[in-house]
Parts: sequence; C-alpha cells; structure tokens
Amino acid sequence: MSKFKKKTEVKQEIPTSSMPDVVFMLLFFFMVTTELRETSIEVKQQIPRATQLRKLMRKSLVANLYIGEPTKPGLYGKEPKIQADDVFIEPKDIVRWVNEKKSELAENERDQLTVSLKVDKDSKRGLISDVEIELRKANARKLLYSTLQDEEK
Amino acid sequence: MARETPSIPNSSMADIAFLLLTFFLVTTTMPNNRGLSIALPPPPELKPPEDIKIQERNMFKIQINSSDALLIEGEPREDISSLKDDIKVFVLNNGRNPASSDSPEKAIVSFKTDRGTSHKRFIELLDIIQGAYYDIYAEQAGVTNAKFRDAASDLSIPENKAIYNKGRAGIPLNISIADPSKVGGN
Repeated sequence: MSKFKKKTEVKQEIPTSSMPDVVFMLLFFFMVTTELRETSIEVKQQIPRATQLRKLMRKSLVANLYIGEPTKPGLYGKEPKIQADDVFIEPKDIVRWVNEKKSELAENERDQLTVSLKVDKDSKRGLISDVEIELRKANARKLLYSTLQDEEK
Repeated sequence: MARETPSIPNSSMADIAFLLLTFFLVTTTMPNNRGLSIALPPPPELKPPEDIKIQERNMFKIQINSSDALLIEGEPREDISSLKDDIKVFVLNNGRNPASSDSPEKAIVSFKTDRGTSHKRFIELLDIIQGAYYDIYAEQAGVTNAKFRDAASDLSIPENKAIYNKGRAGIPLNISIADPSKVGGN
C-alpha cells in the first residue's frame, strides 16, 4: 500500500522578503509620473477624445480653465460653470484672470501664455465661445482644447 | 568572541512603503498637457471692419447645428469618414478643379457651430480638419503625422523647427472658426 502513502507536507508560503523592493518600485513610478493636485475640481470633467494631439512642453506657461456642470448641483446649480484655480468665475472676469496669470510670468514670456481649456464633453459651444471672445480681448490667444488620446482610425 | 552583527528590523519596511504609495496615489493626478491647439484671432474691436471678399470656390464650409447635425458645403452629411480626404483634396487642388480652391494659400476651411452644439461634436470635427492639414504638412516634410506633431510641439530644437518650416511652407493653416449662431442653447 505504498501508493497511498501520506504525502510529505509542502511549505506553502509566498516569499515576502522582496515585497519592500516591489512596493518601492511602484512608489517611485507614481512619484515620477504623477504630479500633485493643486486644485480640487468642482465641475464635471469628462474630457473628449481626439487623435491629432499636440503636447505643451512648458507647464509654467500653461493656465487651466475648467468648464462643465458643477459636481454639486445642490450647491451651485445645474448650469455649466467656469472654474479658474479654486473659484467659479463669470466670462467677464476672464480678462482680469488672464492678467493675473501673466503677471506671474517673466516679462519676456508673457505673450507665450497658453490657456488650456478642460471642457466637459457635454458642455455647449455657447459658453465656450464667450470664453474665447474674452480671451481674445485679454490678448491670450494661444489656446489648447484639452483632450485624451484616441486610437487612429 | 563572536560579535553580534547589528541589524535594523526590516519586517515593517513593506508596510511603510505601502503607506507612502497610498499617500501618493491619493494626492497626485496624472498630468494631461495634451490636446488640440489653435490660435485665436486678434481682439474683435482692434480688427478693422473691412469686407473681405472671398471667392466661394476657396471656402470649404462646415456647419453644425444645435442638434449636432452636419452641413458640409451646403449639403447634409451623416458619414464623416471621408471628410478628411475631401479637405485634403480641396486644399491641394491648386486650381485643377474649377469648383475647388485656387491654391493652398487661398483655401480656407470655414467651421461654424451653433451655441447649442456640444463640445464633443466640435472636437470631433476640429480633429478631422486639423488631421487633414497635419497629414498634408507631414507629407510635405517627409515625416509621419505623429512625428510632425511632435516637432511642432517643441520648436526650440532647430531640427524640429526645420521639419516644421518645411511642412508649413506655402500652406498656411487656414481654419476659420466663426462665432456661433444663436439658434439653440443658452
């Protein structure tokens, strides 16, 4: 009856000695590829997709405007709003906002300011075109519609 | 006498690393500095109100209404898969077809939306129009479309500037985005 001899017990432990190394590697990956949140975004942000993207090289020359329906409709209503830094602004405030952003830059770089519009895909062109007209008045004419990468068809 | 080797307890190292990892996962975001880049026209009041006559044949008209339906050169269209090629043919016509553009310099793609048009549809069409131009530029510069866009993103490198200038030579990016009409929307 040697066939049915009880099997010798096998150790069933996963080696954990390299766990810190693995976790540190993950940690460094995230530290390098991500950046700190500077504002908490209070509008819906479902960014549309496109194929012909261009990249902005210098982050210091970029100013972000977030447009979409507020995520807390009980507090701010359902109409799409414009968020700049940490506050909601109206289209008429944009000229002042652009001048503030420009004053933070060095004098020779002020005309290179690029406004990145992060617009929710369900927003309407009406509001966005109001923003564009104000940006033209403020002479901030480099514009980027922020999108995600879509696969080429 | 055997000397005892001093050692730091490292069994909790993984826990500490996980804690740090979780902290970074929560407080950071993936940066997104990519998108469709356009240049806005000068401020409305600075522009002299002159009537520029543009010949009908040099305009490629794309219109979208408030329910996101398309009108291309005056005709409704559902299928937009061939639109990119249509624009390329229009821009590079060079006077061959008398109904199409005279030269790439004179060709203008006119893009008009309504206040009620959704941003998603707007981006979809702008992507196609810009794609047509980038394809033309890339072909003229002898590089791929993606390479040309990379070069155009960073003009501080002389090599990129050369590709950019070669591609753009003689073909300006004439995309006119008109102020939206006020039929639908807010």
